[in-house]
Amino acid sequence: MTDKVLMKGNEALAEAAIMAGCRHYFGYPITPQTEVAAYLAKRMPKIGGTFLQAESEIAAINMVYGVAAAGLRVLTSSSSPGIALKSEGLSYLAGADLPAVIINVQRGGPGLGGIQPSQSDYFQATKAGGHGDFRMIVLAPNSVQEMADLTVKAFDLADQYRMTAMILADGTMGQMMEPVSLNYGEPKKIEKPWAVTGTKCLRKHNVVNSLFLVPDELEQFNFARYERYKQIEENEVMYEEYMMDDAEICIVAFGIAARVSKNAISEARKQGIKVGMIRPITLWPFPKAPMLKAADKVKEFICVEMSMGQMIEDVELAVRCKKPVTLCNRVGGMIPSPEQVLASIVEASKKGE
Amino acid sequence: MIVFDKPKSLADVSMHYCPGCTHGIVHRLVAEVIDELGIEGITVGVAPVGCSVMAYNYFNCDMVEAAHGRAPAVATGLKRANPDSIVFTYQGDGDLASIGTAETVHSAARNENITIIFINNAIYGMTGGQMAPTSLPGQVTQTSPYGRDTSHCGFPVKVCEMLSQLDGPEYLERVAVNSVKNVRNAKKAIRKAFENQIAGKGFSLVEVISSCPTNWGMTPQKALEWIDEKMIPYYPLGVYKDRSANKEGGNG
Repeated sequence: MTDKVLMKGNEALAEAAIMAGCRHYFGYPITPQTEVAAYLAKRMPKIGGTFLQAESEIAAINMVYGVAAAGLRVLTSSSSPGIALKSEGLSYLAGADLPAVIINVQRGGPGLGGIQPSQSDYFQATKAGGHGDFRMIVLAPNSVQEMADLTVKAFDLADQYRMTAMILADGTMGQMMEPVSLNYGEPKKIEKPWAVTGTKCLRKHNVVNSLFLVPDELEQFNFARYERYKQIEENEVMYEEYMMDDAEICIVAFGIAARVSKNAISEARKQGIKVGMIRPITLWPFPKAPMLKAADKVKEFICVEMSMGQMIEDVELAVRCKKPVTLCNRVGGMIPSPEQVLASIVEASKKGE
Repeated sequence: MIVFDKPKSLADVSMHYCPGCTHGIVHRLVAEVIDELGIEGITVGVAPVGCSVMAYNYFNCDMVEAAHGRAPAVATGLKRANPDSIVFTYQGDGDLASIGTAETVHSAARNENITIIFINNAIYGMTGGQMAPTSLPGQVTQTSPYGRDTSHCGFPVKVCEMLSQLDGPEYLERVAVNSVKNVRNAKKAIRKAFENQIAGKGFSLVEVISSCPTNWGMTPQKALEWIDEKMIPYYPLGVYKDRSANKEGGNG
């Protein structure tokens, strides 16, 4: 393992983007994603790439729109309130079927909120990225290695399905340092005959557009887009099952909350409690099938998340309310402690005794 | 024999613009310049939100439709992605001088190597004639039914004058298309704005004083006269900045 280097999550992610063939980054300063911008400001000029600090998040996402329209891989990063500003652009990217990768290193909200880690943009990322009917692929890393790996994956998926892919990280993932191995080979090349690179007077002009004033036509575009989304739900779900073979209690958690939960699970196992975890890696598409399967075996689900209970709604839907789903949470930039999660597990284990 | 042809860079379709609207003239001038410079195959245009939202149907080059006001940011992305392409935006006054003010000012400040064609007709046309950032003091619109009251909603934005105070931009000129002479001058300015980009000189914006007979409630002829009587005195024509010619600030 000599190829491992010690890196911050935000920096590993930025380097992985370069390895994925991304040469254009646009962003606006906001804590706690600053290292992504700072890293790329240093790196991009040295490799013939573009780092440009935009005048606003809105401008940044529209610069992204321009590069995506020209058919190149492009990245922007921000943190919660900044992502809200980008939502107009996210909707236009979806409407024009343009691929791009967006990083949200979440902080506590609502409003200006705080700058400490949070997972309270789950709804924003998975349900309400902007106006209109559309989805984003949402990937939730829980280690520095995954910050990098999922970034490369995000570029590939975005290009393959012509849509935006978001890395939903948090301040902890961005700031913490871990050894990582960055080996990805040549970036995937996907043909983009729709890109606006100039006709060279050899073809009919291409138009990148999200305006369709004829309702029939707009409906057909929406139907076609949702056919693609269906394929993604069938083919691209990612999750990790942890100690689920004999589990009677199932924790559902992602990101840093899943790391904390693993500690609590080890402790609970020492006490003889059969508890496991399903960790969604794709928040959209959400891993519904493994949860529904688990609902036949376990007596309770515990959703551990750093929000007032957002993912819990998807867990309840996934298990079709066959089993109780309880919430174990902290918010406002607070991270649940292993002791808090353990207490929830112990409480669940005592029910029905 | 002189044959008056349609420019190659203009698609052979009917436009949706109202009778007497000068968008058609400006589209044609842009297309003629693209043809004359031989850049049709490398040009990418950016359409705005507003009356010219469907400009992507009218120009034969590659086109992108941008969100309202964001065309200069989209153009920035396009140009940075593909520096060999020629990128222009075509924007109205609501798009460029109201909702997209930040994108306009900062693309100018960066001296982004793009060309902006800015249509100033002092009104929101597409939505049916509301007060624009460039509506004149006293001008009656749907949302200033008693005339633009400057004590209540302030004064018009003079884009060329404002941007001329920045160190960034290469070239700013205000023209009009209400007479043969003015149309000829407008074409010269548009040509220069594209030539500047080809030469790598940077941000070039041509503000075109245009008419909106429908929403001004005038005949096309009267609207062209109103440009001379009301618009040009408030928005004087001329070069506001031409860095290569050492012209900084001021008009004329």
